[in-house]
Amino acid sequence: MEQSIYKPGEHPNLPPPSNTVGPIAWVRTNLLSSPTNIVLTVLSIWFLYEIIPATLEWAFLDAAFTGESRDECRAKAGGACWAFIGERFNLFTYGFYPAEERWRIDLTFVLLCVALLPVLWDRCPFRKYGLYFACAFPFIAGWLLLGGFGLTPVDTDEFGGFMLTLVIGVTGITFSLPIGILLALGRQSNLPVVRVLSVGFIEFFRGVPLITLLFVASTMLNYFLPTGTTFDLLLRVLIMVTLFASAYMAEVIRGGLQALPRGQYEAADSMGLKYWTSMRLIILPQALKISIPGIVNTFIGLYKDTTLVIIIGLLDPLGVGRSSLADTKWTGLSNEMYLFVAIFFFISCFGMSRYSLYLEKKLATGYER
Amino acid sequence: MNETVDMSNGDTEKEIVIVIRKMHKWYGQFHVLKDINLNVERGEKIVICGPSGSGKSTLIRCINRLEEHQEGEIIVDGTELTNDLKNVELVRREVGMVFQHFNLFPHLTVLDNCTLAPIWVRKLPREEAESTAMEYLERVKIPDQANKYPGQLSGGQQQRVAIARSLCMKPRVMLFDEPTSALDPEMIKEVLDVMVELATEGMTMLCVTHEMGFAKTVADRVIFMDEGEIIEQNKPQEFFDNPTHERTQLFLSQILNH
Ligand SMILES: Nc1ncnc2c1ncn2[C@@H]1O[C@H](COP(=O)(O)OP(=O)(O)O)[C@@H](O)[C@H]1O
Ligand SMILES: [Mg+2]
Repeated sequence: MEQSIYKPGEHPNLPPPSNTVGPIAWVRTNLLSSPTNIVLTVLSIWFLYEIIPATLEWAFLDAAFTGESRDECRAKAGGACWAFIGERFNLFTYGFYPAEERWRIDLTFVLLCVALLPVLWDRCPFRKYGLYFACAFPFIAGWLLLGGFGLTPVDTDEFGGFMLTLVIGVTGITFSLPIGILLALGRQSNLPVVRVLSVGFIEFFRGVPLITLLFVASTMLNYFLPTGTTFDLLLRVLIMVTLFASAYMAEVIRGGLQALPRGQYEAADSMGLKYWTSMRLIILPQALKISIPGIVNTFIGLYKDTTLVIIIGLLDPLGVGRSSLADTKWTGLSNEMYLFVAIFFFISCFGMSRYSLYLEKKLATGYER
Repeated sequence: MNETVDMSNGDTEKEIVIVIRKMHKWYGQFHVLKDINLNVERGEKIVICGPSGSGKSTLIRCINRLEEHQEGEIIVDGTELTNDLKNVELVRREVGMVFQHFNLFPHLTVLDNCTLAPIWVRKLPREEAESTAMEYLERVKIPDQANKYPGQLSGGQQQRVAIARSLCMKPRVMLFDEPTSALDPEMIKEVLDVMVELATEGMTMLCVTHEMGFAKTVADRVIFMDEGEIIEQNKPQEFFDNPTHERTQLFLSQILNH
């Protein structure tokens, strides 16, 4: 055996060899580690080379940002015609909300951000008061958007565009989480009645396409309601979307509940904690933490599914876009419209996704063994 | 109903804390505990041993009703365990349990693990619960870890936290279910030391363990179980030196000569 240069027990800690750290080592291990890897790297670079310049050219370099119609755009440049989006921007944002009342939507949006801050960020100053405000926010938002009590009433028919997406999305997200939690707990309950009801609810709403539920909301519900009662269409849609998402949420959370070792339930029981106390302090914090990726996945799904309301005649951004394309001045600009709407959805969904990663990291408590 | 049974037969030193009479338990069709009769006096330390699957865990889990028995009665500190949730809660308050796999709450710090039940079950103010918790963490010799999460501690430290967490409820009885068998060998002693100290302070203890050294030093009585029955029980000296039943002899020869 070869003799070590250090005596036993005296070996110092040495830095790693220089060819295993630094940028060149990174390129070697990540991009060029094997023949397959080299081929993939080359292909990717070629692909990016083909895509990026052409896209930049179309979207920015050869694009028209002003103009009164598609023809004016075309006369100026061969690429995208952003003048279309510019002219319709308010419609995309506010729908058909009366122009002089649009400040109410702006204010609601600002208040939404204020309400979200203490909910999403645990070191927010005055967090306690912020949370009170967040609880009051749905009522304030309802009042601002619908009017009444001193504000001009606005009918929900006039809701549309991104504002409609946010109303449906935020309502669905806010209510589907607590309802989903209750359903998931109900599904595990010892009381047969509660269990059967929860399972029935979950299986029904999960087994039916959302489009069907929306149709039911828009037409069939009239049939069951006593004649003469009116029941706002948007409200029906909100209820259906929320219940639909709750069923998915319940299953995601049930996964989290089942992933907890039985010992956690037993430890809580053996200390004499009551059911709701142990759920609130021990079981749910852990189960929800495990479920974060699934929960956010459901949120994102719900948020994008709001575009389905177009089929029952509500004008979400896609609906606004399609009706705008019907305008002879702007026909044929569907690329611009879909890209614009896609960017809006991407920003919201990517935001949710990043937040969930941040949350997962923050909640990780030491290494599990 | 809160059935109270007079168990003080005039002799205050022999107050009986746990009475188990003619108790049977089944898992479905499987008769796991058969005709268990056991009285535990205040301050008594009982070690339960027996082959794997003999029903030791099930027996002590029946005492705080993590498992339900179907026949016979179990009375803990004057409260009979029935379907009445009030009674169950009352018993669980007075009986601490330490598990093989610690079952600490990984999302709470060590201190919060220890104060949770005192605050929510005993309704103590937070400051008081925290000072009690620190006292017990000192007794198990890890006050410096109070603000860490369980995942950051070694197995031995976690089990000591689990013991401290139970003690914070000031229980009258402590149940241990193989507290050292999930530990690496070098950590077993630190946990046993804590348990020995607890025993010398007069805690009533029921302990499922295969640590025969522990049984010899602290146990007042050793119980041997096999196939759901209590086969033999005796003072440790007698139990180890003159086991009467052949199954006990076989078990002891296996466990002592491996
Ligand atoms: N929840 C359960 N359902 C069905 N059988 C069980 C359950 N828990 C334990 N058993 C069975 O009961 C017997 C006794 O188990 P246990 O009390 O854990 O034994 P020990 O702790 O002595 O090893 C074993 O045969 C085990 O397989
Ligand atoms: Mg066991």
